[in-house]
Amino acid sequence: MERIYLDNNATTIVDPAVRDAMEPFYCHMYGNPNSLHSFGIEVRPYLHQAMEQLYVGIGASDEDDIIINSCATEGNNTVILGFYFNLLKDTRKKHLITTQLEHPCVRESCRFLEQHGVKVTYLAPDRDGLVTAKMVKEAITDQTALVSVMWANNETGLILPIKEISEVCKERGVYLHTDAVQAIGKLKVDLQEVPVDYLTFSAHKFHGPKGVGGLYIRNGASLPPLLHGGEQMGGRRAGTVDVPGMVAMGKAMELANTHLPYENTEVRRLRDKLEDALLKIDDILVIGKRELRTPNTVYVSIRGVEGEALIWDLNQNGIAASTGSACASESLEASPILTAIGADKELAHTGVRLSLSRFTTEQEIDFTIYAISKAITRLRGLSTSY
Amino acid sequence: MAKHDLIGGELWEQYSNKVADRMNNPRNFGELTEADAQKLGGRLVIANEGAESCGDTVRLFWIVDEATDTIKKATFKSFGCGTAIAATDMMAEMCVGKSVDEAAKITNLDVEHALRDEADKAAVPPQKMHCSVMAYEVIKRATSIYRNVDIATLDEADMVCECARVTLQVVEDVIRINDLKTVEEVTDYTKAGAFCKSCIQPGGHEKRKYYLVDILARVRAEIERERHPERALADDFATLSVVKQIKAIEAVLDEHIRPALARDGGGIELEDVQPGEHGQVNVHVRYQGSCKGCAGSAAGTLTFVEQTLRKNLSDKIRGVVV
Repeated sequence: MERIYLDNNATTIVDPAVRDAMEPFYCHMYGNPNSLHSFGIEVRPYLHQAMEQLYVGIGASDEDDIIINSCATEGNNTVILGFYFNLLKDTRKKHLITTQLEHPCVRESCRFLEQHGVKVTYLAPDRDGLVTAKMVKEAITDQTALVSVMWANNETGLILPIKEISEVCKERGVYLHTDAVQAIGKLKVDLQEVPVDYLTFSAHKFHGPKGVGGLYIRNGASLPPLLHGGEQMGGRRAGTVDVPGMVAMGKAMELANTHLPYENTEVRRLRDKLEDALLKIDDILVIGKRELRTPNTVYVSIRGVEGEALIWDLNQNGIAASTGSACASESLEASPILTAIGADKELAHTGVRLSLSRFTTEQEIDFTIYAISKAITRLRGLSTSY
Repeated sequence: MAKHDLIGGELWEQYSNKVADRMNNPRNFGELTEADAQKLGGRLVIANEGAESCGDTVRLFWIVDEATDTIKKATFKSFGCGTAIAATDMMAEMCVGKSVDEAAKITNLDVEHALRDEADKAAVPPQKMHCSVMAYEVIKRATSIYRNVDIATLDEADMVCECARVTLQVVEDVIRINDLKTVEEVTDYTKAGAFCKSCIQPGGHEKRKYYLVDILARVRAEIERERHPERALADDFATLSVVKQIKAIEAVLDEHIRPALARDGGGIELEDVQPGEHGQVNVHVRYQGSCKGCAGSAAGTLTFVEQTLRKNLSDKIRGVVV
């Protein structure tokens, strides 16, 4: 059976061009980039090239730092725990602002700091599923050290107003961190336009390999390392860098930006086609206004159809999608977005996310429309509530 | 954590073939109507369980021959994941041909066992067990409807977890039947405590009449008492007769305390047991051998003796050196 991958917000296929770029660094150029000899020498130009691709990719200035690490989870932990040691622990600044929309790696890091006496505000989304600059502004006190708001939401694809939030933070002299994992490759991320202090990403969300990511630190924004014990990354992140991973991430970043216009036209067109077809079915709710979302994501709530049962049926048809509230997943609570937009309590377990990529084809979307309609008919036939 | 727990994420691949098959092709789904009941010459019973906001609902339809109490036909509808659908389908099938009383004895474990491919391999992973618990609860509800027991009292009485609508009886049964030892297991089996978490322990955002930690501790104590009737357990100790208290103390002295003191050439004798203030029990002891007159005895050894007695018998015990 031909399979169809519509779970690109979870991870993505490695672009064959990215795999080609990383391949020589396994068996041919396998030197440690910190070595003095020829094996180290031959590797370093490729790392400089990857850095160039990453700096250009997100619009970083040469004086800023992009630390290569293992993933955005590491980057987010580095920022939030680093703030504890830098500021929160010893100074008057004892307050941190984040949102209820964040990925668990941000939320749980904040919860961990709460155990150590830090006060954390978790901003609830509004009826659009968004957190606004005004909410951030009102939450900032003279004790606030850091604001951490994601650029785009993984579940719904909703894009947060990071530019406005960055202006508020600048005005109040508060540092701003953004988890840009779901933004890169889906929308323009340009730090010249949107000045944030810390930004994190993972290569595998934009057709790079798993296990490599980046942490951007604006020039002058201090941050102690999470991993100690080496001079790598200017001492900001000890540990031998994943050379093939870093080269691959550079290439993936370059390709992500090259394909942004395609993402914004073709991927968007296919997503809209899928979304329009779904909206023709009775009692279906799409979460978040279309124009406020990344072009590849649609999150639907289908009355009478339990989310995990639907993705089971889709999987039987070779289609990979995901659900925010699988009844066996650790979090059984309804997504805060569903609650925020005022969805019925009954819809809490009906959410299904379909996320496309530039590798998604029109035929795949056509078959998905057919298969999802069939699954909805079957499951509604079984359902107590439809 | 151990070798097999570190990767995680496994769920669907742990389902038996029977579960997958019944999810894809349930045999017994659909509604039964009064017309169906008339045709079969029986009484229609419809029972609902669960709430959609919690992720699972089941509706069970029975046609029961009232002369013999036999279930002639059973079907279901379900809003739930694959295991909920598969378990309910199997449960409905197991009801047919049984008397209502026999059907009421079907437990979640019977359903799960019937769904196994191999006798010693679970049909679903632990975090999916709650789906078969719901299949079991809905039979109880159908039975109560058929027997004309007031559903309102059954519904609201002793509800431990409102979110998942789990009653005290269900929590107690699940702990006993499955020999559960942790609150996490209770949550896996029943879903109680999986939502707002208020019912796990005091201090959540809502005050509850029952908490899972308390129920678990109580039922575990009951199970231990039933298995080891000879052991006097902590809660009971203060209410035992003095003779039984002395026997229990002597047993702990022999097993845990005397061997430790003997290593330093010391010993200990029980002198008396007397009720103290605030329900405390004063245990009077006399040191022997090298413990006698040792400066450490008064503090260090007494602490050890007292802690050991408390751990094994009751935290109401206070040690007194004669």
